[in-house]
Amino acid sequence: MLLVQLWQFILDPANAFWDHTVAYLEVCAVSVVLATVLGIAIGVAVVRSPLLSFLAVNLSGLMRAIPIIAFLAAALPYLGVGFKPTIVALTLLGIPPILLNTYTGIRGIEPAIIDAARGMGLNTRQILLRIQVPLVLPIVAAGVRTSAVQIVATATLAAIIGAGGYGEYIVNGLYEFKTVQILAGALPVALLALLIELLMGWLQRALTPAGLRVQETALSEAARA
Amino acid sequence: MARIAFHEVSKYYRGASKPAVDHVSFEVAESSICMLLGTSGSGKTTLLRMVNRLIEPSSGTITIDGHSILEENPIQLRRRIGYVIQQVGLFPHMTIAENVRLTAEIAGWSKARMESRVDELLTLVGLDPAEYRRRYPRQLSGGQQQRVGLARALAADPAILLMDEPFGALDAITRVHLQEELQRIQREMRKTILFVTHDVEEAFRLGDQIAILSEGRLVQIGTPVDLLLKPANEFVSRLIGSDNIQRQLQYLPVSSAMLTGTEAAGRYENQPRCSSEATLLEALMSLIASGAHSLIVYDEQSQAPIGTITLSAINQAITTARHAEAEKTTASPTH
Ligand SMILES: Nc1ncnc2c1ncn2[C@@H]1O[C@H](COP(=O)(O)OP(=O)(O)O)[C@@H](O)[C@H]1O
Ligand SMILES: [Mg+2]
Repeated sequence: MLLVQLWQFILDPANAFWDHTVAYLEVCAVSVVLATVLGIAIGVAVVRSPLLSFLAVNLSGLMRAIPIIAFLAAALPYLGVGFKPTIVALTLLGIPPILLNTYTGIRGIEPAIIDAARGMGLNTRQILLRIQVPLVLPIVAAGVRTSAVQIVATATLAAIIGAGGYGEYIVNGLYEFKTVQILAGALPVALLALLIELLMGWLQRALTPAGLRVQETALSEAARA
Repeated sequence: MARIAFHEVSKYYRGASKPAVDHVSFEVAESSICMLLGTSGSGKTTLLRMVNRLIEPSSGTITIDGHSILEENPIQLRRRIGYVIQQVGLFPHMTIAENVRLTAEIAGWSKARMESRVDELLTLVGLDPAEYRRRYPRQLSGGQQQRVGLARALAADPAILLMDEPFGALDAITRVHLQEELQRIQREMRKTILFVTHDVEEAFRLGDQIAILSEGRLVQIGTPVDLLLKPANEFVSRLIGSDNIQRQLQYLPVSSAMLTGTEAAGRYENQPRCSSEATLLEALMSLIASGAHSLIVYDEQSQAPIGTITLSAINQAITTARHAEAEKTTASPTH
């Protein structure tokens, strides 16, 4: 019964479900892309400086502790309402996990590996492309996975500051106490978050070189034996 | 073709009060192994890494076959010098074959040539290519990883090999195994090898020459026998254990203890013999095994009898160094 009502709600052109879907996906996609680019860029930029990396790592930790709703409220007077402040807020939310993973990924490469590569006569570009990127990419992908799921789950709040999307159904539904409307917003968000989680999990595994996976299999084989 | 020469080489690290390497000059002959021996912090690694310009000297010059390495592009220089380190530093995301062929790949070798080179090198270092090509570094033991490290360093057939405590992290048995493998490989390949170690036994076993470093200075350089017979000072004799009877027996040649004069040789036709190039230990073993009072020493080249060796002569030779040592220590309080 509820499902039928939900289906009718979605199909009703008056509810503009398609437009809301596009708006939601747009907000999420733009934020994830921006957070990824900025997170990696900052992570790479600070890695050589102990002071900068200390600042970046601790600020990121702090950022993750602040609830996004508080952030949106605080930023409202400066950023106003609409698409742009939503993107800014979600991007800021998404940067820390990516930045932290980029930083720890680069720092985690055994110095002996880089020393050996330099000693063999690899130039900076070859070390970057053949050694550093393949070793760090799966760790960065894990960060993007965390960020993307957080962004998708949080983007509903964008409705509060007028960026549209599924959040509008939820906000209005709560206001008018309409279960069907709430579900029309909440269900797609849950599905999308799940989809992103699966997709990014697959991507992360695909980006992990076989040589880094072997230890796990060796260990689990040992455990079985 | 690769003689390495250091001329007054020094390295001052920024902020350090003393130089890490202090006016060091010596030469490493082509196709020989020179061991850099010294305690931790004596500047061995710094000296080694200046040869492939991972560290730049503060002053002095290093030449290879007379050409200053400072005039060569560092990347090109490193590609013609093999580099092996204690932590190995294999690339964990690449298979063993990919690790070994990387330098050849960058040098633009054909695929077929690289593949046969990988098989050749893995066989050389004692790993069956069929079994190991497709494995990953993490699936190998420490000793096997260092074998791959050596194969990787040899990939582009460099004339020079730099090795920084390559076997330092291995257990005693594996270490001896790999030392023997290196000796076998060296007999085949004749590289010029600069080998850092803090293990005196390793220095004696592998070195054609041993350069002893202390606080960045070269204290003495010579063959193992030179160092045992004529340690430059007390530091050297302590470090190499000049009073270590086992080491003396193992490394000192029969010629260092031989009694010259061959009249005995004519008298005892059936007396056991030994080569002039045998070690004291070998002479001692055959004295015990034969029960003879003395052995006749034959010249290795001419096969002519040149002297005799007896138990008391061996005893005399290995105690001389210890007596000299004792005199030095009793004399020192007067300084
Ligand atoms: N990058 C560096 N910066 C400053 N001092 C260094 C550096 N590397 C080594 N040193 C110092 O130089 C000296 C020699 O070091 P090293 O060459 O590594 O010695 P070894 O390899 O014989 O142990 C030591 O006192 C060490 O602390
Ligand atoms: Mg060292």
